Parts: sequence; C-alpha cells; structure tokens
Amino acid sequence: MIPLTAVPVTLAAAGSDTGTFAAPSISYAAIAPILIVLSAACLGVLVEAVVPRPARFVTQVSLTLATLAAAFIDLIAIRGHSVVTAARAISIDGTSLFIQGTILVLAALSVLLLAERGVEPGSAIVAQAAVVIGSPADRRLASSDRVQTEIFPLTLFAVGGMLIFPAANNLLLMFVALEVFSLPLYLMAGLSRRRRLLSQEAAIKYFLLGAFASAFFLYGVALLYGYANSVNLSDILAAQNNSNQSDTLLYLGFGMLIVGLLFKAGIAPFHSWTPDVYQGSPTPVTAFMASCTKIAAFGAILRVLYVGFYVSSWNWRPIIWAVAIASIVVGAVLGLTQTDVKRILAYSSIAHAGFILIGLISVDKAGLSSVLFYLASYGLTTVAAFGLVTLVRDGNGEASHLSQWSGLAKRSPLFAVTFTFLLFAFAGIPLTSGFTGKFVVFRAAYHVAAPLVVIALIGSAVAAFFYLRIVVMMFFAEPAEDGPTVAIPSALSTISITVGVAATLVLGVFPQPLLDLADNAAKLRG
Amino acid sequence: MHNISLLLLLAIPLLGSLAIFALPAGRELLAKQIALVLSTATFAFAVVLGCLFKVSDNRADRFQFNGSWTWIRSFGVHFAFGVDGIALVLIGMSTLLVPVVVLASWNSFDSVEDMEETPAESAPKRSSKSYFALLLLLEVFMVGVFAATDIFLFYVFFEAMLVPMYFIIGSFGGPRRQYAAVKFFLYSLLGGLLMLASVIGLYVSAGTSSFAFTDLVGHVPTGATQKWLFLGFFIAFAIKAPLVPFHTWLPDAGAEAPAGGAALLVGVLDKVGTFGFLRYCLPLFPEASRYFAKPILILSVVGILYAAFLAMGQRDMKRLVAYTSVAHFGFIGIGIFAFTTQGGTGAVLYMVNHGLSTGLLFIVIGLLISRGKSRLVTDYGGTAKITPRLGGVFLLAGLSALALPGMSTFISEFLTLVGTFTRHKAIAIVATSGIILAALYVLLLYQRTMQGPLNERTAKLRAEGGFKDLNARELFAVGPLIALILVLGVYPKPVIDIINPAVKFTMQDVGQTDPQPLHAAQPGGHK
Repeated sequence: MIPLTAVPVTLAAAGSDTGTFAAPSISYAAIAPILIVLSAACLGVLVEAVVPRPARFVTQVSLTLATLAAAFIDLIAIRGHSVVTAARAISIDGTSLFIQGTILVLAALSVLLLAERGVEPGSAIVAQAAVVIGSPADRRLASSDRVQTEIFPLTLFAVGGMLIFPAANNLLLMFVALEVFSLPLYLMAGLSRRRRLLSQEAAIKYFLLGAFASAFFLYGVALLYGYANSVNLSDILAAQNNSNQSDTLLYLGFGMLIVGLLFKAGIAPFHSWTPDVYQGSPTPVTAFMASCTKIAAFGAILRVLYVGFYVSSWNWRPIIWAVAIASIVVGAVLGLTQTDVKRILAYSSIAHAGFILIGLISVDKAGLSSVLFYLASYGLTTVAAFGLVTLVRDGNGEASHLSQWSGLAKRSPLFAVTFTFLLFAFAGIPLTSGFTGKFVVFRAAYHVAAPLVVIALIGSAVAAFFYLRIVVMMFFAEPAEDGPTVAIPSALSTISITVGVAATLVLGVFPQPLLDLADNAAKLRG
Repeated sequence: MHNISLLLLLAIPLLGSLAIFALPAGRELLAKQIALVLSTATFAFAVVLGCLFKVSDNRADRFQFNGSWTWIRSFGVHFAFGVDGIALVLIGMSTLLVPVVVLASWNSFDSVEDMEETPAESAPKRSSKSYFALLLLLEVFMVGVFAATDIFLFYVFFEAMLVPMYFIIGSFGGPRRQYAAVKFFLYSLLGGLLMLASVIGLYVSAGTSSFAFTDLVGHVPTGATQKWLFLGFFIAFAIKAPLVPFHTWLPDAGAEAPAGGAALLVGVLDKVGTFGFLRYCLPLFPEASRYFAKPILILSVVGILYAAFLAMGQRDMKRLVAYTSVAHFGFIGIGIFAFTTQGGTGAVLYMVNHGLSTGLLFIVIGLLISRGKSRLVTDYGGTAKITPRLGGVFLLAGLSALALPGMSTFISEFLTLVGTFTRHKAIAIVATSGIILAALYVLLLYQRTMQGPLNERTAKLRAEGGFKDLNARELFAVGPLIALILVLGVYPKPVIDIINPAVKFTMQDVGQTDPQPLHAAQPGGHK
C-alpha cells in the first residue's frame, strides 16, 4: 500500500488546554482561491443592492466569470502546494487542488449556461420566485422578460462551499461547507422560469431530504467525536490505530457520516432525490449540480475514506461494494423506464456514481488518480449534455419528453450528432472520454474487485439501452408535426457546450495530459 | 518500427468518409464517386501490400508492415499495426467487398424502397450521402480491427465498428430497423464489455505494462484466471461470429440491414469474431482453449445443423441467408478448435470465401428485392425466365454457398472437415451432414424463386415496366466476386500459402501438433 496519509502533523492545535488562546496560523496563499470566490460572492450581493437594474445582469455575469477565472489562475499559481492549514482544518494538497480546479472550470461552464438569454428571453431563471403560482402576478411574470440576477452570487456561494468541502480535514468544517453549498442549491433548484410548480417541488424535496442527510452527517460527526475525542480526520485515523475504545462508536459514526456524503453524491440507496431534482430544476442549474456537486461530494468521500478511515478500509470496503452495485443496478434498470431526457440523465448519473465508487475501492494511488480523471471527464460531458438539453424547445419552453425528440436529427443534424456523441461517451464507447474514464477506474479496481468490475460492465451494457433509445428517437423515428425545434444559442452557451464536447473527444483520443495531471495530483495530506 | 503502409491503408477511407460528411447536401453523385474511387484505391493498396507480403516460416516474419507509435503512455497503449497472413487475407477480402457494395447500392436510396408489406413504415427519405460516408468509416474500422497488434487498439476498433453499422441498419434498413439496430448494438456491446473486463484482467495479471500482442503471448497466468479471461474474450467473439446460442441478433440484423450493409455485416463483421478466436483466444489462452475446445466444437456442430434447419423454414430471403451464415460459422468454429494446421487453414480460407460468397448472395438478393419489392420467398417464382442474368448470378452465388466443388468454398469446407477428422472423427462426420442440408436450403430457395411458373406478382411488376434484368453496373459490381470465387475454387494456392505459416504459428502457440495421419499415404496432406 502506498502511504497516502502518513504525513506527520506538526502544526500545534489551536485552543490548547493552557488557557491562553493561540491564534491559528493560516496559510492565506493556499486558501486564496476559496477566499476570492467567497468575497466575490459577498460583492455580488452588494451589486444587487447598488447597481441599477439595466446594468445588473452584465455586471453580475462578468463578476462571476472573472471571479472563477481569477480563482482558477490563482489555483494554477499554487499548484504543487501541500499544506495543512487553519488549525489543521483545511488540507490543500494535490487532490484538493485538482478537485477545486475541476469545480471552477465546470462552474464557469455552468454559469455560461445560466447567463444564456438567447433561447429564452430573460434566461431560464424566474424573475420573482416568490410569486404564487397560478396567480395573476404569475401570469404577468410569464410574459415579462425581466431578469433575475441573484442567482449569480448564489452560485458563487455554492462554489465557495464546494471548494472547501473536498479540502476539509475537519469534520465540522466539512459540515459547514456542506451547508454553505447546499443552501444556495436548494434555492436555485426552485427558480425555474417554466413549469414552476415542478421546480418548487424539486426544491422542497431536495431541501427536506438534504436536511435529513445533513442531520445524519452531523450525528455521525458527534459519534466520531465521542470515539476519537476530535473531529479532525487525522486524529480519527490515529485513534483507530491506538485507541482501545470499543469500535461501536466508530462504526456507527462512520456509517452515519457516509450516509450524508453518499446522499450528496447521489448514490443509491440515497439517490431518490436525484431524478426529481434534476428534472424540476432549471436545466443550467441541473448542469451545475450534476457536475460540480457530484465532484465536490466525491472529493469529500475520497478524503474521509482515504485520510480518516484509511486503516479500516477492510471494514468499509464491503459497504462501498454494496452501494456501488446498488447504484449501478438502480441507475441502469430504473433508467430504462424513464421517458424524460433529464430524468434519463439523472439515472445515468446515479449509475456513473457507482462506477466512480469502484475506483475508490482499491485504496491506492492508481485508484485515487482514476477517480480524479473520471470526475473531470464526466463533469465536462455532463455540462455539455445538459447544455444541449436546454436548446430543444417548443412553445412551452424546454421539450425534454423523449417522445418530443423524435426525428430531431432531421431538424438539426448537428445537434443530434453532438448529443449522440455525448451519449456514447456516457455509454463508454471507445474514442470518448467516457471510455477512458471507465477504463482507468476499472483497471485500478481490477486487482481487488474483479467481480465488481464485471458487474459494472454488464450494468453499463444495460444502461447503454436507454442511451440508445434517445439515439433511436432522434435518428430513426419520423419527426412529429408540431415537434420542438432546436434553438440557436448565443455565444455563451455555444462556448460552454463546445468546450464540453471538445473535452469529451480529446480526453477520449489523447487523454495522456489529463492522466498525468491526475497522477501527479493523486496525493492526500491529512 | 515505423512502417506507415497500414496507417495509409486506414487513412484513405477515413479521408473519404470525412470528405463525404463534409459535402453539402444534394451532392449525392459526387459522394458516390468519392466512395467508389477511394474504396477501390484502398483495395488496390491492399493488393499491393499482399504482393509485398513475404511468405516465410520464420517466426520473426509473423507480423509484417509493423508500425508502432505511443498512444497513451500511462497504459502502455500503442498505436500499433502489423499483419500476419490471416489478417492480410481478411483485409483483402474486406476491402474488396466495400467497392462492390458501393457499386451495388449505387441507386438503392435514390428511389425510396417501399416494401409492400408495410407501406406506412417505408425506409426514410435520407440522403444517400451519409450511407456512403458510413460505409467508408466502417471500412476504416474493419481494416483497423484486423491490422491492430495492440489489444487495446483492437478493442477500440472492435467497439467503434458498431457505431457506423448501427446507423447503417437503423437509418437505411427495413421496416423493423429500429429493433434490429438496437438489438445488434446491445448484443455486441455486451460482448465487447465482457471482453473489456478480460482485456483489463489480461493487462493486470500478465503484469507486462503493455498491450502489445507479442508482449502478452505466453505471459497469461494459467489455471482459473486464464479460463475466466478466455471466457470474456470468447463470449465477445461468439456473439460476433455468431455461435449458437449467441446468434439471435444476426437474423434480425441481417434481414433489416440494407443489402449492402448486410453483406458487410455478415461478410466481414462476423469474421472479426472468428478472427478473434484465432488471433487472440488461442495464442493468449492456450490452456483454456484446450480446456474449452470440446464444448465449443459441440456447439459449433449443433449450430451447423440447427441453423440449417431454421434456414429451410424461413420465408424471408435475407433471414434465410443470415441463418445459413450461422451454419457456416459452425464449420469455421470446428476448423479453428480442432487445433490442426489443416483445419485452421481451412477455417481462414473459409472466412475469406464465406465473405465473398455470402456477400455476393446478399447483394444478389438485394438486387432481386429492389426489383420485386418484397423479401418473401413466396412473392417470387420463375424469375429466371424474365431475368436470366440475375438468375444465373443467383444460381452461382447459391452454389458457392453450398460449397459445390469448383467453387472456392468447397476447398475450404473440405480442408476444415479433413482437419477436424484427424482429431475428432465423430464431430467431422456429423458436420458433414451439414453439407447436404446446405444443398437443400440453397436449392429449395433457388427453385422457389427462380424456377417454376412465373409468379403473378412478378409478372404484374414486369408488365408495369419494372423487374428488369441486371444492368451493366450491377454486373460489373458482382463480376469481381464471381471471378474470385471461381479462381480460388480452382487455384487457391497463393492464398493458402499466405495463410499457412500464420496458422502454424497459432497452433504452436496453443501447443498442439498435428496428429499423425493413420496411413502415411493418406491424401489431402499438408500443402
């Protein structure tokens, strides 16, 4: 086994028993990207208050994109950093930097989709979310092209939380980060301009179930504190080596903790929110959730398993086996019965979460780097796929029902070919990034879990069926008389989709640079 | 090792495919011309390579025209090509079939085929441009799959091949094309993914950090591991081939695909399965191959008889031909798993000949269907009276399918059976009865469609000015296939000479020497 975590922690713990309070030393350089994003988010709130309405949209979009770009540039500047800072609460290492970078890129692509006003006047976001649905005000709202821009600072807050989440070395901080990115997301899920009832239902479901999951997480943290007398992952690890306490608290605590994390990552059997929320949310928000939230959640799972519970991998491996199989089966089988493209993609994401978990099982450097690669490539494909979904429209907004897509290839061959390519990537056909991702994950897991790999491969054959259903609909069916058309997006969405599609192709054909990057980044420090 | 000739062979059709995709709509004629010229050029280039190929028993010359470039360094994957005799003749056969198919389906999609039984769901009005682009793309992958010497690369081509064929069936096929296309894709994908599991397992357990075929041979651990890995590859190839009981996708796909697509599907894509047995299953997993040989031989023989009976019962001509292919596969299967040089050589020759003869049969039936607007045997009768040339070509294709002496298929069937007989007498004897059944289903088909009184429906179409005999273009398309079938039937030596050393190497890899003939003077010894 490669020692992933055995870095001795030298920093003195803050708040020691001596009674005097020693301020923790903070490496501001290491957490600068996080600070940039969070302060820009606060600035965004001020922009809402100060900047006049006509200029607000442009200001917010530029501020958000500039922030994400600045944070990303700063991240590149501090690459290679490896430091545990802020009273051992934040661990900036290869893995967290890689995940943060991926989140920033994907968030920027999602923001481009959010800012799209070419296909729907006033973007996909409702102007006044509080208006009662069905009221006269709601009818006036439907015809207005007013734009709501609070979503951009909300997005930045969510991104800030997501940046901390995978870097948190302290379970309480991890919980705070979880809430920081979850609360904006609950809100964002309910902001759809069209089909508002569905959207609000999604928000409520996401909030209630998310609150449950948070409670589980917090209870797990409490139990682990009882076991290890610390909420720091390194201390919990040390306690497992040295403690002669009963393991009951450890296992119970770990179980509750992991439930909260699996929920965020959308892994069966904690997946039930995924289809409803993905379907109800405004599609750009779905793109953001499906890519960034998932990656942040997996980052946290990685850290908890690899740093905090490295020595008990024999105890948690069976759990990961079980949920990975459950995820693949649920995603592949239930996906077969779906008739809505967004729901199909949601079930596909559940199955993919199962594949990613398989990479985790090996508990070595290859496993870690394979998961990183998979997360990045899957996120890029996902953003592009949801970006394309926003383009298929009829008089009622997005037409995401499968039957409405029939014969779409005749109306817009370019759209159909591009979407098919992304579906093939989801299915793992060679020469797409999906194949490379599956390959690295399965290769890493093969020597510890060969049967699981075979199950996963059979699962992906089943899942291929519902991807093919979409392809069949688009290419081999006759177009309906009054079917939807493919809107021509503005430059913003076009850039976002193009980047996602190009990455899907390049990572399928020449994956070496990203593989190297993931290999180099596969270092954890606790 | 940077010989670029095989890379060029891939580049020609790839360029053609991209060029046709890039053409503006409405330039159908130019698309066809590009397809024809470039696929012919590919074939010509393959012939040149065939002439340059050095026939030698020296193991160092097993793979020729080797070229290798690093592709994905972390996996040890190379963009590596090279051909042995087996791959070379199969590439030759595939590249010949493509221009023939292009020529034969020249006008197929200009006038929309409306099958009478389902007028509502007639073939879609889709530009024929993409059909020809897909054909050339398919050719790239077909050549690639035979020429790859890196197992990862082979897998990539193996899977990528599905995509153009899926669209050929789904966009240009018959009434049930959606069902057939999805069934084809899913069956193949499932097999492919099981193979992927084995590919990864092979890589991990051999521990060579390389996917190159020559690096992996002999490095596979024996015992249970090898058996599992073998099964992964075997199931993928058995689905592709297809071996009973994995064959059920073929009749649907073969029947619904457009005739040209069906010719390539059965003629070439199915050969990838049997090629895989010879190239990968036997040398990589010798112990497992010997272990599983008996059940595979039995399944093959069952396939010969079962598919032959099913073929006799078909009303749909294309389904019938698809079933005959399942039966023919049985012969190839016993030839390979008998582990004799004769059987192996016979099997490879069988693959080539079967590609030619079934390709011809599908094309002829496609021409017949385009005239009669029906796939049903009962809608035809006495056709040879009004279309003697079509009747003649049909008879020739049929006779070649039943392996009449004088046709190339006879040589290969004979070699296969003799090679099998030296090791497994019972299997060979039972398989021989398949020849009689083959005569039955072919001759019955010919008799019902071409002989007897003129069918009323046919007469009506003829009276309306349809149902013409083959024109010059169509004759020109089938001409090369007929010529080759007859020439190889009389003088197969050049091809056998190319195949033989490669098969010998394979049999050495699998650790089997030919059994001694019972009598020293037994005829039909080694060539």
